[in-house]
Amino acid sequence: MALDILFWLLATVSVGAALAVVLLRDVFRSALSLVLCFLVVAGIYITLSADFLAAVQVLIYVGGIAILIVLAIMFTRDIQRGSPANRLRIPAFIMAILCFGVISFALVNTPWQISTLSPTIPTTPALADKLLGKGGFILPVEIAAALLLAVLLGAIALMREK
Amino acid sequence: MSVGLEHYLILSAALFSIGFYGALAKKNAIIILMCIELMINAVNIAMAAFSRYSVPVLLTGQVFIIFIIVVAAAEVAVGLAIIMNIYRSRETTETDKIDLMKW
Repeated sequence: MALDILFWLLATVSVGAALAVVLLRDVFRSALSLVLCFLVVAGIYITLSADFLAAVQVLIYVGGIAILIVLAIMFTRDIQRGSPANRLRIPAFIMAILCFGVISFALVNTPWQISTLSPTIPTTPALADKLLGKGGFILPVEIAAALLLAVLLGAIALMREK
Repeated sequence: MSVGLEHYLILSAALFSIGFYGALAKKNAIIILMCIELMINAVNIAMAAFSRYSVPVLLTGQVFIIFIIVVAAAEVAVGLAIIMNIYRSRETTETDKIDLMKW
């Protein structure tokens, strides 16, 4: 029961923060509400009994990506002009409503198979076993390391003074 | 009615649609990037919900979320570097003014 109340609270705040990201005129404020949305999504992971993911969400999204975005906003001078919409605002709104309608129609009318088993708690040892253990996801982990190195080099090469 | 899989999926669909609207309708490239992050987060919620309600002991969905977060971080780093580079040479981040390759 407490979990239900927590879910409704978090869902309301996250949808409100997401709407604020899209609707606010001030770019900096919409970045701050994006941070709020990331934090609330970490809470939603906790209600889904994914404790490790909540920690990762706070560390990477709130700690890393949010700072990158705020720095980028401060480096560019366009913030004084706010965040205007382009000519396609009305068609984009209609497309988003259609997207939401079609997805929720499909979701509600699909008979999902719900398992009655209780979830693994805590998830961290099980996730480590999945990622690094035998028959797990060790190849994608290595590829992710190579991807991160490529991104590091690419970002440095793009931002270097000519 | 207690909260189940459908509630999380509809929350995810709502966040995805809001991000979709922002990514289509905004001029500022940084806002578009933020909206794409919102969409990625929505997909992650759906993945975690499936992992919790369909296969609670396998945790495969959570492993996928970790990889999605890695790729999203990489995307933000490179995307912001590209936007800053464009800003340095053209003094704008508005997507309809970046039209050098448009005839």
